[in-house]
Amino acid sequence: MMGSVKMHKGLWLVLGLVALAVAPLVVYPVFLAKVLCFALFAAAFNLLLGYVGLLSFGHAAFFGFAAYCGAHVTKVWGFGPEVAILTGTAVGAGLGLVFGAIAIRRQGIYFAMVTLALAQMVYFVALQAPFTHGEDGIQGVPRRPLFGLIDIGSNIAIYYFVLAVFLIGVFIIYRTVHSPFGQILKSIRENEPRAISLGYDTDRYKLIAFVLSAGLSGLAGSTKVLVFQLASLTDVQWQMSGEVVLMTILGGMGTMLGPIVGAAVVVSMQNYLAQVGSMTTIVQGAIFVVCVLLFRRGIVGELAAFLRSRRKTPAEPESSYQQAGAAAPAPERPRGG
Amino acid sequence: MVDILGVPMPVLMGQLLLGLINGAFYAVLSLGLALIFGLLNIINFAHGAFYMLGAFVAWLALQYLGIGYWPALIVAPLVVGVFGVIVERLLLKRLYELDHLYGLLLTFGLALVIEGTFRQLYGISGQPYQLPESLSGGINLGFMFLPKYRAWVIVASLVMCLATWLIIERTKLGALMRAATENPDLVRAFGVNVPLLVTLTYGFGVALAAFAGVLAAPIYSVNPIMGSHLIIVVFAVVVIGGMGSIMGAVVSGFMLGVFEGLTRVFWPEASSVVIFVIMAVVLMVKPAGLFGRTA
Amino acid sequence: MSKLKTALMAGIASVALAGTAQAEITNNVVKIGVLDDMSGVYADLAGEGSVLAARMAVEDAGGSVAGSPIEVISADHQNKADIAANVARQWIDTDQVDVVVDVGNSAAALAVQEVTETKGKVHLNSTAATTALTNEKCSPTGVHWTYDTYALANGTGKALVEQGAKKWFFITADYAFGHSLEENTSKAVKSAGGEVVGSVRAPFPNNDFSSYLLQAQGSGADVIAFANTGGDFVNALKQAQEFGITQSGQKIAGLLVFLTDVHSLGLESTKGLTITTGWYWDQDEDSRAWADRFAERNGGKRPTMVQAGVYSAVSHYLKAIAAIESDEGKPVVDQMKQTPINDMFAKNGKIREDGRMVHDMKLVQVKTPDESKGEWDYYKILSNIPGDQAFMPLSESTCDLVKQ
Repeated sequence: MMGSVKMHKGLWLVLGLVALAVAPLVVYPVFLAKVLCFALFAAAFNLLLGYVGLLSFGHAAFFGFAAYCGAHVTKVWGFGPEVAILTGTAVGAGLGLVFGAIAIRRQGIYFAMVTLALAQMVYFVALQAPFTHGEDGIQGVPRRPLFGLIDIGSNIAIYYFVLAVFLIGVFIIYRTVHSPFGQILKSIRENEPRAISLGYDTDRYKLIAFVLSAGLSGLAGSTKVLVFQLASLTDVQWQMSGEVVLMTILGGMGTMLGPIVGAAVVVSMQNYLAQVGSMTTIVQGAIFVVCVLLFRRGIVGELAAFLRSRRKTPAEPESSYQQAGAAAPAPERPRGG
Repeated sequence: MVDILGVPMPVLMGQLLLGLINGAFYAVLSLGLALIFGLLNIINFAHGAFYMLGAFVAWLALQYLGIGYWPALIVAPLVVGVFGVIVERLLLKRLYELDHLYGLLLTFGLALVIEGTFRQLYGISGQPYQLPESLSGGINLGFMFLPKYRAWVIVASLVMCLATWLIIERTKLGALMRAATENPDLVRAFGVNVPLLVTLTYGFGVALAAFAGVLAAPIYSVNPIMGSHLIIVVFAVVVIGGMGSIMGAVVSGFMLGVFEGLTRVFWPEASSVVIFVIMAVVLMVKPAGLFGRTA
Repeated sequence: MSKLKTALMAGIASVALAGTAQAEITNNVVKIGVLDDMSGVYADLAGEGSVLAARMAVEDAGGSVAGSPIEVISADHQNKADIAANVARQWIDTDQVDVVVDVGNSAAALAVQEVTETKGKVHLNSTAATTALTNEKCSPTGVHWTYDTYALANGTGKALVEQGAKKWFFITADYAFGHSLEENTSKAVKSAGGEVVGSVRAPFPNNDFSSYLLQAQGSGADVIAFANTGGDFVNALKQAQEFGITQSGQKIAGLLVFLTDVHSLGLESTKGLTITTGWYWDQDEDSRAWADRFAERNGGKRPTMVQAGVYSAVSHYLKAIAAIESDEGKPVVDQMKQTPINDMFAKNGKIREDGRMVHDMKLVQVKTPDESKGEWDYYKILSNIPGDQAFMPLSESTCDLVKQ
């Protein structure tokens, strides 16, 4: 049984990759690239919310500030895109370390509020610092050749560049979640006192996860800059922090695929509703309410639960995680204080 | 003329007074948030939207029903309070068994819906609301010209905060609320209708926000996004005061208003960020906030 | 018949001039994209009204040009530069949009300028204020139509100093637009013989200006100038009155005030304000006639200068296409630059090589409630500022299209 599930997974993976590879021939590549950037952002965010149970309301700071730094590095200092996204990652991780050091001891709502307030400080820095150019943002960011060799100027080329970044990012998240480190994170989510009593320094584990999530958010932010050739205040505003929460919850927190699906849905919605005034805000808010009330597991989580309930035979264990003493991948609720 | 750090005394006094006025808004808003958090354990992200609703109801009442400022000061909080009760009964009630974070997310979504709807209906440039006749003009204090209306804002907020405090500390209803905050199961065992208490508390907290909204209407334009500017600051105020602490909410509300005013004198650009800096510092030194019991 | 003949002649002439222009309309449709803030601070002064203005221009052109139909589409950029860039890019890449129109908010406008320049499509800007559009960010296919910070600063700054208001204090919205407005105005004030006694930068957006007003009040300035716009301006002005600033003899100067701001504040609050505007609906017979038509379809709301600018810009654009029978970006703009603009918006307006549409600006004063004959009767025109004095001279331009 396990074997066939694995084979299934492999098949789906190949199909998914093929779909991603041919997608730009059918759909507008810049739009796809945007979806991938946000999907990576949401996946990084989910690492924290879904697997550690920490709701950060300040992830826009990592995403947006990394975007500024990436843009500056490639526009003003003339470095290539690989340096830009590495800088973005480093900046995101660095900020994450500072945020984490202050916030990590707080739990639940306190954690959310503290991250929100810290992100607000970053927002004001982005508004005031001369290099960010305030409301104008950093515009006209060039798409320089990758490693000085490969041209990524065209829309199609930039899509494949983003796809590569996205796959690397998601792979890192996947490896983290499925490592012993990931198991400890999940056990912290389920029962922190127990994890402490087992001798784990849970604050340190949470901090590492936080830094990782922030760094990958930075990667996503600085990659987005190369797609749109623009870094702006939008990406550091607190509404952006809300948006990534929405993507993750809508898609299904604590699942690998969920945030990606959620990002795709939210970005497409914004794209098609952009024509009708405040509808985007209203619909996003309504989706939030409906998700929280009715579909707490999100699209992917509900789907998986549905499939499981059809397939499950009574004696079969739900997943390998439970044998390891941790929880099933789709949690009913994150832990809070 | 006496100077303090190069700032003339009158200017400093003026700024302090202005800070106190701002603080009055922070205090009323964070008081409502603290009440709701105390009993429901929900961070009411929609608080800013309810504040905005209060101002809008006052404006609509004037526009279409000819209801003036003074009646609106009572009517608008009532209307919005009832709306809050409906929200609690229909939506929030379903989340009490779950993690508190879901309450935060639900009210966040709600805030988006309410604000989006009003933006769609009324645009964003703001609707004018005239000062009530009896409070126009001002008093010359020597160091500044204090508009009567601003003085009224301080008085009204103080009275409102004091009244709320008296209700909670001195009445039977307040005693029940405090008890239900501590141990809802025990209070229920005594035959008290706890869900009703919770509903009323939410309604009251929301009505406080609407009250602040009506107070704000004549000063700032009545604007669909007036709440979303303010709410994040008020969150920080609540965290600094200690979540759920009534006293903490009121005191830190006024105090932070004054701090902000001071910053405006010495370093205006930093005034929008100073409260968050204070929050970070307070949390590092006193994790539960200034007046909080436990984290 | 003779009309067709002239059009044909003009077409041949300009084809010969432009050289590379192909006499054809791409995709057999001329598509106009109105990209604007439909829900934010500029929604009332531009927004749907700008879309209506563009539609009216299309209808007045007969709904088709050079044998191809004209379509108008619109989108909300929510005041975000990234959304603006994204929509513009997508419009051009997948929806065959030929021209992006209006684009309020300086940041969004600069982002669109970047995209349209790379793609060789036209950008007709009416609502944005920044002079960067015709300076460091100028584009061979970009035209800036209605006004800019330089013209505002020059008009209001000079006029007030001449009225005897020598000492200035600025309350500036703390972002690029506010900074450039303050900078331009300071220059104008100083060159007219005034001085700047202080300035303070307020966060953007902001709803409490009382402390800045207090500082301004204590500064001993004759004029307190608001280098902000929209909701910020409305709040700042209301509070200035509350604190008795106008009663105490200090003057208020709004550097960028729209008709809709005056409407929402009411005349009691705004009377006596001196404003520089690119157009006023009641300025002459033509403008009144057009404004009547506009208001009829806009719920009675009179057009602002930027909405009128959209109409004028789109009309002129369509005429240029008719003349050269092509909708290719650069040739059309070149053609636009060769013909003067004479319509209800401008008399003898002319587009310079840097993309600046130079026309007369108006210095106006807001009427008192007694002077006003009814709703929307808000301004009396003090003077006409000739175009060559109103806008930044080409000699100061940093645009690389200008041959120095």
